[in-house]
Amino acid sequence: MEKRCWITSEPLEIEEVTKRVIRREAGAVNTFIGTVREFTKGKRTLYLQYETYKEMAEKKLEQIAKEMERQWPSAEVVIAHRIGRLEITDIAVIIAVSTPHRNDSYEASRYAIERIKKIVPIWKKEHWEDGEEWIGDQKEVKPGVPLKEEVK
Amino acid sequence: MNTLLFFAGLKEAIGTDEVRLAAAGMTLGEVKEKVRSEYSLDQVNNCMMAVNEEFAPEDTTITEGDTIAFIPPVSGG
Repeated sequence: MEKRCWITSEPLEIEEVTKRVIRREAGAVNTFIGTVREFTKGKRTLYLQYETYKEMAEKKLEQIAKEMERQWPSAEVVIAHRIGRLEITDIAVIIAVSTPHRNDSYEASRYAIERIKKIVPIWKKEHWEDGEEWIGDQKEVKPGVPLKEEVK
Repeated sequence: MNTLLFFAGLKEAIGTDEVRLAAAGMTLGEVKEKVRSEYSLDQVNNCMMAVNEEFAPEDTTITEGDTIAFIPPVSGG
């Protein structure tokens, strides 16, 4: 079976991801697309460099998909994340969720992106006009200590 | 032997993405402290730790062949 969660250095195709969750049982397909923003709090980004611990990151994405299935048993999920150098407006992540009814698709999609930002080992380095910096926003996690739910 | 993996800012600070260390019998917390003191890097304290591609608590005992990863605050999406 094809992987439903993957990391790639190739450009992401919206159509390719979303069509994989479209099916007869679904009346709603929610697609979240995360793109590279030019300005953050007035500061101009030139481009982003994404890096990953690929083996673990794909496992964690798959874990998130499983969590979503537990919470929304009728959901079908596909998640793709791009790494490497991304230019402004490039797509960094696509989350596609299909469910019989729309409310579940919105909720499940939101759940996926919030979890990605907490537990998936992917990092981005901002390159600005006047410097660069690795960004990390794991605010919910006590430094150095994984949450109980993160540890298997 | 064990492999230690570093990523993102930590990799740049240490200057390599991989270090070999005989860590069997040590706890994850001890490995972390060893790296912190050896490289004088307090940013190690902000890392989550993973063993064999799963997050693990610091009292985990390392066994021969385990791969230990230092996971700085993530920023995907």
